Order: sequence, then C-alpha cells, then structure tokens
Amino acid sequence: MKKPHPRFSQGITSLMASLLSVAIGLLVGLALLYVLNASHALTGFGKILTTGLATSEKLAKVLYQASPLMLCGLSVAFAFKTGLFNIGATGQYTMGAFCALSAAIALQLPWYVALLFAMVGGAILGAIPGICKALFNVNEVITSIMFNWITMYAVNLSINNMPMMLTNYWAKSSIKDRTAPLLDANPAAVLPKGGLDTLMNSNYINIGIFIAVIAAVIIWLVLQKTVFGYELKACGYNRHASQYAGINAKRNIILSMVIAGALSGLGGGVYYLSGTGQYTLIKALLGMGFNGIPVALLASSNPIGVILSSLFVSYIQVGGDALQPHFIKENIDIIIAAIIYLSAFALLMKGWIAKLFLRNSLENANAEIALETRLEAGNENAAVKKGEQA
Amino acid sequence: MNDYVIEMLNITKKFPGIVANDDITLQLRKGEIHALLGENGAGKSTLMSVLFGLYQPESGTIKKDGKVVRISNPNDANRLHIGMVHQHFKLVEVFTVLDNIILGAEQTCRGILQKRDARKKVLELCDRYGLQVDPDALIEDIGVGMQQRVEILKMLFRDNEILIFDEPTAVLTPQEIDELMQSMRNFAREGKSILFITHKLNEIMAVADRVTVLRKGKGIGTVDVADTTVDELAEMMVGRKVNFSIEKSALHAGEAVLRVQNLFVAGKNSGKNKVNDVSFSVRRGEIVGIAGIDGNGQTELVHALTGLEAATRGHIFIGEREITTATVRERNNMGLSHIPEDRHKHGLVLDYSLAENLVLKSYFDPDYQRAGFLRFDEIYRHADQLIDRFDIRCGQGGLTPTKSMSGGNQQKAIVARELDLKPSLLIAVQPTRGLDVGAIEYIHRQILAAREAGCAVLLVSLELDEVMSLSDHILVIHDGELVANVDAKYATAQELGLYMSGASKQTMNSECEVEA
Repeated sequence: MKKPHPRFSQGITSLMASLLSVAIGLLVGLALLYVLNASHALTGFGKILTTGLATSEKLAKVLYQASPLMLCGLSVAFAFKTGLFNIGATGQYTMGAFCALSAAIALQLPWYVALLFAMVGGAILGAIPGICKALFNVNEVITSIMFNWITMYAVNLSINNMPMMLTNYWAKSSIKDRTAPLLDANPAAVLPKGGLDTLMNSNYINIGIFIAVIAAVIIWLVLQKTVFGYELKACGYNRHASQYAGINAKRNIILSMVIAGALSGLGGGVYYLSGTGQYTLIKALLGMGFNGIPVALLASSNPIGVILSSLFVSYIQVGGDALQPHFIKENIDIIIAAIIYLSAFALLMKGWIAKLFLRNSLENANAEIALETRLEAGNENAAVKKGEQA
Repeated sequence: MNDYVIEMLNITKKFPGIVANDDITLQLRKGEIHALLGENGAGKSTLMSVLFGLYQPESGTIKKDGKVVRISNPNDANRLHIGMVHQHFKLVEVFTVLDNIILGAEQTCRGILQKRDARKKVLELCDRYGLQVDPDALIEDIGVGMQQRVEILKMLFRDNEILIFDEPTAVLTPQEIDELMQSMRNFAREGKSILFITHKLNEIMAVADRVTVLRKGKGIGTVDVADTTVDELAEMMVGRKVNFSIEKSALHAGEAVLRVQNLFVAGKNSGKNKVNDVSFSVRRGEIVGIAGIDGNGQTELVHALTGLEAATRGHIFIGEREITTATVRERNNMGLSHIPEDRHKHGLVLDYSLAENLVLKSYFDPDYQRAGFLRFDEIYRHADQLIDRFDIRCGQGGLTPTKSMSGGNQQKAIVARELDLKPSLLIAVQPTRGLDVGAIEYIHRQILAAREAGCAVLLVSLELDEVMSLSDHILVIHDGELVANVDAKYATAQELGLYMSGASKQTMNSECEVEA
C-alpha cells in the first residue's frame, strides 16, 4: 500500500479536527437555543445556518465582517507559528483603527495611506511585547493584555482631544462619542467598493476581503517557502534547537510580533475605513481582536485555514443577528460565542483523531517507531530534569 | 514442587501500533540474580511495568509462589513484596533520607507521624547490608550513589522479597558499581530474588546467575550465565554477530584546533561556578574524551564552547581566532559541529521533516535558498544523499516527520548533518545515549572516520567505556574542574573512577596542555 504524503495526512487530520469541533460547537449552540427559547429553537438554528447565504446582501455582510476577522486571525496564527501567543490583537486592532481614522480624518489622506498608517500603528504596538519578550524575557501574554487596556484608554483619550475626529465637527449633530462618518469627513479615505456594492446590492462590501485574502496568501508563502519563515517556525517549534542552529531567536521574536501587530492593525484599518463603521468611545475592548484567537485555533494556525475559519465565524455571526426578535441580543451573543469558542477546540480534537488513527493501524511501522521515540523521550526528559537539578 | 517465586507466563502487552511484549515468559527463582537483557525498545521496561502493576497485559498470567495473582497497581505489587528501583529515582528532593524511605508506609499514632521505630529499622537495615546513608540528610544534598541506596532501602523497609533494578549502574562510578553488585549478592544470599535490567553485558557476567534475553518484544531465551559468553549474549540481544573491538589507527595529531584557557562558567541559580578554571586543547586528528559523572559541569562546559551559554571568564580559541564571545552562528561557520547531549531539546526540530532538519545549520547557504526563498528541490536532494550515505532509516525519505523516527535514526540524522558540514572541530556529547548496539557501533565508526579525516574531536560522555575506547586522551571532570589528564592507552576504569568521584586528583597546572 502506498503511504499518503505525510504533509497531506497531517492536513487531513487538521481539517477533520476542525470540522468535528465545528459540529460540536453547533450542537452546543442548538442545546443553548433550546434552553433559552425552546419554541423557536429549531427555526432559530435554521436561521443561523442559512441566513448567510439567503441573499446576496447577507453574503456581502459575511464577507465584510470576515475581512477584519481574517486579518486578526492571521495575526494570532502567525504569532502562534513562532511560539508566541498574541493576545494583544485587540489592542493592535484598536491602534490600527485609530491610526487609520487619524490619517483619514485629521490628516485628510487617501485610503491606501490610511491603511499603511494602520499597519504601522499595529506593528509598533506589536513590537513592544516582542521586545520585552526577546530582551527581558517578559511573558508576551501579560504585556499584550496590559497594552490592550492602555491602548483603548489612550485612543479614547486622544480622540476626545481631537475635535476634528468627532461626528459633531462634520455634521449638524450633537454626537460626541464616536468618530465622524467617513463619507462626510473624507470620502477619498473610504475603501473602494470595486463594483461589488452594485453586484451584491450591499453598502457594506468593499475590497477589504481581497486585502485580507491576499494577506493570508502572503503569510502562507512566507511561512512555507522562505528562509525567514523557516527560522520563525524553528523558533516556534523548538526554541532551544533554533538557538543551537545559530538562529537569532531574539530578532525573530520581535519581527514576528511586529508582523502580527501589523496584520491586526490592518484589520482595524480595513474595518473602520469601510465607511459604514464609526469608532465608538466606550470603555470596553473590541471583540474583533479576541475573535481572532478562535479563528486561528479553528484553522490550526494555517493561514489558508484562517480564510475559511474567519468566513465560518462571520457566517455564524450574521446568522445570529437574524435570531432577533425571538432571542434577545445578549442571549444571541452567548449562543454565538459558545459555537465559536467550542469550534476552537480543534487542537484538542486533533490529538484525539491522531490517537484514533494510531489505534486503527496496528501494523503501521511509523507508529511503532513513534512509540519507541516517545518512551525514550520520556526517559530523556526525566534525565534532563535530573541534570538541571543537580 | 515449584521453586519459582515469580513466574510471568506468556505475557503479551500491546500498545497502539506495536506489540511491546509478545508471548514472553520469565521465571524467577528464589535467591537468584536474574538479568533481563535487551536493546532499547526490546520490551524490558514494559515487562517490568506489567510486573509492577503499571500496565495490564492483554494475555498471560503472573504467578507468585505458584499461585496466580492479579497485579493491577503498584500497591498490589507492594503487597506481594515486589519492589523496584527505577532508572530515574522517585525521591522527594526536599525531604530527608528517612522521610523518603517511610513515604507511603508511614506509621502514625492518632494522625501524628511516628518516626522513631522507622529510624531504628532503617539503621538496622543499613548495618545489615552495609548500605551507608545519613538518615537526616536532604536528598538534594546527597550524591546519586547515596540516592540509589535510599531507593534500595525503601524496598528493604517494605520487606520486599523481589527486587527489580532498572538500569541501576547508568549513573554510578566504577567503584559504586562494585559496591552495588556486592549489595545485590548479599540480598540474594539472604534469599531475596533480584531482577536486574541492563544492556551492559559485562555486568551480567559479573553478577547474574541467569539471564533472559528480549529482542523486539519477543523472548529469545533464558540461559545460565556460567554457560555463556559475552559474544553469545550480544548475538542473542542484537540478532547478529557484534564486533566490540574498535579499530583505531595510530594518533597523528596536528596543530591545536580548540584551545580553552582558564574558563569559568557561573551556575544559573547559585553563585557557584559550574565550570571552574578549565584549560585544555584538542588537536587535529585527535579525540579528547571528557569523563565524569552526570552533573559535574559537562553540560555547562559544552554550552560555553558552543555559544549556547556565556562564559563568565577565560578564553576560547578556534585555531588562532578567539571565539569567547562569538555567536553560535559565527562558531558554526568557523567549522564547529556539535552533536548535542539532548537530541530532542537541541538537536532536532521534531515538528520539521527530516529534510528540513538536515539543513538546520545550512538552510541559509546559497545552495538551499535563492533571494530568501528556500530551494526545496535542493533540500530534498541533499536529504536523499545523506539518508543514503548515513543509512538513516525513515519511512518517507526526506518528507518523513522527524517525530516519527526512532531514536537511533534521529541520532544518525544529527550525526549526518554535523559531519556533512566537514567540521574542523566536532564536539560530540553523549553521541550514543539511549541507542542500540548497532547504532552505537555505527556512530563510533563515524566519529573515528572524522578523526581520520583530520577533525579535532571533543567527546563528552557519561559512558566510561565509550570514552575509554574512542579517546586518545582522557580528561576527567569533577565538580566543574578538570582533575586528571591521562593517556587513554594507559587508563584503567578503576583509576578514572577514583578521579570521577573526586577521591583522587592529579596535580594539574592551570596551563594544562595536552601533549602526546
């Protein structure tokens, strides 16, 4: 029997794990629907599953929401590949939004320059935890969580003190808690629609989805095909071995966080330059960045997988909106969050599926070797610990 | 009349993808020392884990004194008076010796620990068997030899009649090995039965009465040690004839490639120096071995030489160039190759394919990349070449996930990668750790070939046999200091053992140059 290509079979395992997690997430969502409002549970479930494709306008909304999500997911996935947990995506996303909007409104720059500002803003914010990790060995999770809050308050404070940024500056309005609509403030900064709006009959859609998909492909190329990607992954998989190989781990940690930050920042830019969203000054972290984490997990950190998983999450979110009025907003959030977060159990599933495969292939020589290696590894790890203690 | 205390009959234990024990029968007589011999992965540990209740076999029976028993956990084993000294000791580092011995078998009076009787019993046992321990010392403060005696006392304290020793000599000096063997003989004389797991043939010849050989999960046979020879046992273990003698050409040493002067490396947690004023040199075409007991500064010394850790003081030269503060990459590019102590921690990225691991130190070379893009066709061609040349066994060629390869083949991959770089200096640390006889033979030949080719080799190993058979010169490290420098031709295990344990020390001037 011809053995399948190992990369291929690994890919299959990942895909199966993701699909299984999605199924479990949906089942739990269904159960929640029953608990919250049994009489509309099945129709509600149907709506979650079908709304996204019901009309071209809904599909446009799915794509529109998926673009920033995809970029945040890429950000988290890219950092994961380097062995870093970028929980700061939401802060970088906020910073990206702020930089893009400042460029667009305060500086009256066109959309492509504004997107560049967004990337740079996110990158700088990503660099801080990267530098702390690389030079002082400060855990990036702690730094980036703190910077999420620092960024949110700093951005709110800045916008409050930039009268030009606010709605009431541009239109006869008393609204002071959100940024100006871009169509009033600087139409040149609104992302082009590329004809998609008439095609899909939607105000939401723009070229953001293409930007996100292109970013995913570029990230995939970098990770799979380049020397830089090889080094990054080596650092992520085994920091000791990369050090042994002479790879400059510190530089790579910082670069990896810079790129991850730039991706999240770009996400913020893409969302707020669509012309339909306004940044609202509230004291809460934006969910978009955090949702990048389940998107990355569901995709097993594969950039191409992120395209699919972000579309899925966006699809479910759009479907969830259609649950009103039979379900109240908060309950919908709970249901959707449950589906999304359980879907992110893909990694766990992967382990189980791998085990299942092993049991089914008693004659598989590779498994035999793997077991031997594992037993040996156990012994050697113990020996290493011993040595470290001594 | 049945004179077997323990019988394991037709034991079969399967794991996903592997039959670890295939219909194995092992019969232990009362008062005998029974060796269990086999290569890594032959199923020795699994068989003992079955006896100790850690695994349940799919089929087969265990009899104690002729009666069928069920051992479903270590407590059952303990009740049947079966005790085990694990290869990696199971001791609480911050407890005293006495506390460790009674742990799990404490006597209490209304919830209050009663240690007086226990202490008396422990001291009696020490006297009776000549096992020297200080009951009040903390485990972290005593050496491995004494830690092992604590493990043995744990078994004796529980009145165990069947004592299992899992690779007990791996961490001991030759002198300590002699003492251990004496103790084992004493136990056997007292009527205790001993199962002795090992892959060292001379130890079996020295102490065992009978030996059962396992190979790839199958029982090959049980023989009386008196009726067999080392060569016969080796053949049973490996399945073919093994050549133990290492053919080494005469030494043609050239100029010094590696020179180390007054090197100090500080410990990570304490102010104590892990490497203390070490000076030596290694010349072209010469193998210098560093012998020593685990944890005496070998790791830190190697890390300082290879750039993984910074030296606190002193100088390191490759050729004429000082590399004390050079980066790992700079050192590698100057011709330093390093077979690391821990192949999973440092040597390989297990999530990478074999081909990707084989270019771990040369991926940036124009041969393997163009304008920042990896040339995978070249990388796979390179992998195929090395797989062929170094006989690396792998299921799917260069695409094989490194994780799925056996330890021996992973090690061969590292050796292939490091030697393919045509190093002028090879630092090989524990190059055959955990490998089977065949792979050991192979890697030894490769290291000798590198020496022939004019490479300077620094060999650091805990296996004294390995150091003695490969090296031209032997340095002994104890507590971070080089305490001896001997010509390998005249070195004896006994002499080296004394140096290794710190009992003896050569007067070495600080400018200790190795001269032929």
